Amino acid sequence: MVDQSASIDIASLVKRHGTTLAVDHVSLTVPRGEFFSLLGPSGAGKTSLLRMIAGFETPDEGTIRIDGRSMEAVPPNRRPVNLVFQSYALFPHMTVAENVAFGPTMQGVPRADIASRVRLALDMVKLSSKEERLPSQLSGGEQQRVALARALVNRPTVLLLDEPLSALDQQLRQEMQVELKSIQARAACTFVCVTHHQEEALTMSDRVAVMHQGRVLQVGSPQDLYESPGSAFVARFIGVSNELRGVVRRIDGERAIVQSPECVGEIQIVLPMHLAIQAGSPVTLLIRPERLRLSTAAQGLSGEQSLAASVDKVLYSGSDRRYLVRLGEHVVWNVRVPNDESGRNGLVPGDHLSVRWQISDAVVLSE
Amino acid sequence: MKQAGGWLWRVSLANLFFLYGPIAVLILFSFNASRLSATWQGWTWQWYRALWVNQALLDATVNSLWVATVSTVLALFLGVGLAVGLDSLPGRRQRQIEQAMLLPLVIPEVMMGVSLLLFFVLLQIPLSLMTVMVGHALFNLPVVMIIVRARLKKLDPRLMEVAADLGASYWDTLRHVTIPLLRPAILGAGLMAFTISLDDFIVTYFTAGPGATTLPLKVYSMIKSGMSPEINALSVLFVIVSMGLIGLSLLVQRR
Repeated sequence: MVDQSASIDIASLVKRHGTTLAVDHVSLTVPRGEFFSLLGPSGAGKTSLLRMIAGFETPDEGTIRIDGRSMEAVPPNRRPVNLVFQSYALFPHMTVAENVAFGPTMQGVPRADIASRVRLALDMVKLSSKEERLPSQLSGGEQQRVALARALVNRPTVLLLDEPLSALDQQLRQEMQVELKSIQARAACTFVCVTHHQEEALTMSDRVAVMHQGRVLQVGSPQDLYESPGSAFVARFIGVSNELRGVVRRIDGERAIVQSPECVGEIQIVLPMHLAIQAGSPVTLLIRPERLRLSTAAQGLSGEQSLAASVDKVLYSGSDRRYLVRLGEHVVWNVRVPNDESGRNGLVPGDHLSVRWQISDAVVLSE
Repeated sequence: MKQAGGWLWRVSLANLFFLYGPIAVLILFSFNASRLSATWQGWTWQWYRALWVNQALLDATVNSLWVATVSTVLALFLGVGLAVGLDSLPGRRQRQIEQAMLLPLVIPEVMMGVSLLLFFVLLQIPLSLMTVMVGHALFNLPVVMIIVRARLKKLDPRLMEVAADLGASYWDTLRHVTIPLLRPAILGAGLMAFTISLDDFIVTYFTAGPGATTLPLKVYSMIKSGMSPEINALSVLFVIVSMGLIGLSLLVQRR
């Protein structure tokens, strides 16, 4: 049963906080060397899960295996994992070098080796020049790097990161996303990262688990999650998504016709293979803003679906324009148009047009 | 508003005068050349010089310093251990023990002195300088615990977690992380305990054996044979040392 190539193997893990289930029967497998993210809103149970892997919390049910070894009754100081805290938790009374040397010293690494390992770890995070500084003399980004070096110097099987970039400003955050990814490659170590920031998760991770109310809703590559969300929650949480509720009117081979009470017109969809959809089934359609096209022409391209709409608002955001278009009394969609030639089309609020998309671009969920 | 501010300022000054006025008078009269304290006859250092050659006073000073040092070390050892150890208990138990520890602070000191005396007599421990040290350690223990606990609660608990995560055992964490971070509080608590011990009269009075005369006891016995300018001079030195130590204690705790 135990997957030998797995760094982390979690089976039906449960954690209760009082009467609420903080972690609700979570099972996950993370292969060696993967950058894995736990993504979800606050209170989703990500941090509880991470703290159980680190050993700071004890699961009520289920098992955690790291490198095939059960972690039951193994205290945090004996686990082959290291945790980088959200607040970094650097020792304020120790210099950068002393902070990084703490782990190897505690584990009884010979003194001569400690110095070289500390130097290596600080090189990895590009902080060699600040060895003798105190944490209070470093910037937020530098403190973050020290925290990383202090964890990586122990050569953990798995590095756990709790909201690693949340304390950094936007600019630095984007730099560190790239940096973290390359540090992971250099350290050749499994990273498990908790974040509530979807862009962060998508950019850095090989795979992402979307969590909500203690459960894992979907696990997949960033592309999987974005292009084929398994639920409206995942679609809403990852990126912006336009939704439309409707009922299947008739089925025509691989396609079906949906009608929505919220807007005028019939909508053609591709029937998803894994869903049992019949005439009369209620469905939700999800379409990403950048997959939509605005057109004033009467005729669409082949394979395109079209709905009548009117422009509500135009928001200019530099690289592109966002149009809020109204399809019905309660349905307003986001349309993202890159600011190339179409940026000159001069649509203004009140214009009547049609919203078009490739039929295969609409994700269909059964309710 | 400005009116009210000025009025409050004057009341505050009056309060300060009420607090420090008697001490100012004491300082002034310690330089009075007159033997009779009530009249002013010019400046002199002679009472301070007299202190230096008074062997009984010097002995009492040495006793006081010994008592303060030993009782402070004892109170620190127990108090810091208790403060740190309490953290491992569940929250409700922590509060119960903390509250129980605070009780000696509000028990009238006379009662504490009497009970200590009874306790020593019951155990047939002869009164000496040692019993004074134990008595002082007893009332200083809650003081140390309160100061150290206050600091401990301000420490980021993740620092202890991260130490464990990096492979440190409980004792490693205590030695390399917790205690170094508590150092200002431990130092401050030590100075505070030292001062309180130095100043204590009541508990000392009940627990001191023959020959175990501390400075406050000595002052008291000197007063019984009448006020002298020498006592004024001694008291001034006492006030200065005590205030200096308390000031130092607050200073180190600010870090």
